[in-house]
Amino acid sequence: MIKIKNLVHEYIRRDEDDNVVDIKKALDDVNIEVKKGEFVAILGHNGSGKSTLAKHINALLYPEEGQVIVDGLDASKEENLWKVRQRAGMVFQNPDNQIIGTMVEEDVGFGPENMGVPPEKIWERVEKSLKAVGMYQYRKKSPNKLSGGQKQRVAIAGVVAMHPKCIILDEATAMLDPGGRKEVLRAVRGLNQVEEVTILHITHYMEEVVHADKVFVMDKGKVAMAGTPREIFSRVEELQTLGLNVPQVTLLAHELRKAGLPVSKGILTGEELTRELLTIKAGR
Amino acid sequence: MLRDITLGQYYQTDSLLHRLDPRVKIVGTFAYIISLFLFRNITIYLIAGLWLFAMIRLSKVPFRFMVKGLKPVIMILLVTVICNVLFTKGTPVFSFWKITITDEGLKMALFMTIRFVMLIIGSTLMTLTTTPNQLTDALESLLSPLNKLHVPVHEISMMMAIALRFIPILMEETDKIMKAQLARGADFESGNMFKRVKAMLPLLVPLFVSAFRRANDLAMAMEARCYRGGEGRTKMKPLIYKNTDRRAYLCILVYLVVLIVGGFIGKRLPL
Repeated sequence: MIKIKNLVHEYIRRDEDDNVVDIKKALDDVNIEVKKGEFVAILGHNGSGKSTLAKHINALLYPEEGQVIVDGLDASKEENLWKVRQRAGMVFQNPDNQIIGTMVEEDVGFGPENMGVPPEKIWERVEKSLKAVGMYQYRKKSPNKLSGGQKQRVAIAGVVAMHPKCIILDEATAMLDPGGRKEVLRAVRGLNQVEEVTILHITHYMEEVVHADKVFVMDKGKVAMAGTPREIFSRVEELQTLGLNVPQVTLLAHELRKAGLPVSKGILTGEELTRELLTIKAGR
Repeated sequence: MLRDITLGQYYQTDSLLHRLDPRVKIVGTFAYIISLFLFRNITIYLIAGLWLFAMIRLSKVPFRFMVKGLKPVIMILLVTVICNVLFTKGTPVFSFWKITITDEGLKMALFMTIRFVMLIIGSTLMTLTTTPNQLTDALESLLSPLNKLHVPVHEISMMMAIALRFIPILMEETDKIMKAQLARGADFESGNMFKRVKAMLPLLVPLFVSAFRRANDLAMAMEARCYRGGEGRTKMKPLIYKNTDRRAYLCILVYLVVLIVGGFIGKRLPL
């Protein structure tokens, strides 16, 4: 679905005379492959290059070196630009700054309008995608009257209405409260499971990664770690050196292990830990 | 504060006026505004008033929403009324010290007030029954002949739509910045006008910065959703005239005819 090969992106700062002052490699030789229907999470603290990566997949940025292939299309080719943007929909961080319409349904229809979809078909798409994120009853409302989580769901519906093969959430949950974050994640997981849309979830919240199929951890423009959530979370110390906090349950399990209890590695949920602890207790 | 301006505040309900094609409403509102200025006698105000009353009833919007639209212009109205009363020359009715109030002045002030109030209520009614997006769509369609003169009609209407969408957001932001500054001891209320304007400066700078950031984000979000100008773009809600719209045009025409006839008859009448 998405194939990124040796991608490099540099931010170049110049002084008044156009001399290069500083080159910062936001992405440095990144290789990532995402298969169709997968739920992939990309972790990383601020400035690790994860947002730059997202913009490359949507062809909002142009690769200096390397290649980005989305659904078999080379994203660096001019003629593929709009096709790539349609196939890889993007949801941004600030819900207010990405809603264009003054009414929920108008905003969801914006993408299909741009693609030149005939009106009756747009209405079908709008209805379907609003239902998919559970916002259909709000279709006539003004986006200003919605909560953060609801706005983000509208933004997701706006992307879904373009019938993308893949949705990139670029820190889409960062500005939401815990309730809103759950709402958005539930909607996204639903899309992933029911419609089999590939999801690329970029975040710095560890708890949101637990249900992903695959996790990439970014640091200083490089992919520092890759694997399933369980594999990643069993490397607690490594994560901590990268400035990332592991979920509390995982941390607790890790500490217990260090203290000598035979708890297995990479515990992700509270239930898992309880089960482990109960078996240990029964064994004694 | 600024929140009280009803202009651009859509009142959601289902009525004949709400369902009408926005182009009809724009044309109708313009015809109505012009009609108010065609004559100056009591008959046309009666006719226009009746028309307006009928429209308000048709719109199913509570009357108090229209009155709200009047609030911000009350000062202007008062000033014009006072000027008219004091400075119009004619047959004196009442004299006191250096001030003479004339028959003509009173009449003028009265007509002015009626005209002004009816004008504001009429245009407020249009914005109450039409979403800003419909309005800009209608303007785009009505102004599309200008496209041939290389006027970027689509872009202008898109900008208007976006501006309308961001007014409440920026208003909220202003409020937030204001509170933040007040909390740190800023003073927006005391002092003369000059001082108060100066006190607004630290408010405007962060507001501008944030507005630019928002514009940047929005442009990116629009591009990500395949926006590339008006070409090859379809409309979710294309404007197509229905029979009701044609009948509405006919109604507007009848109204204008009745008003003009009424105006000529009114000229013969005293007052």
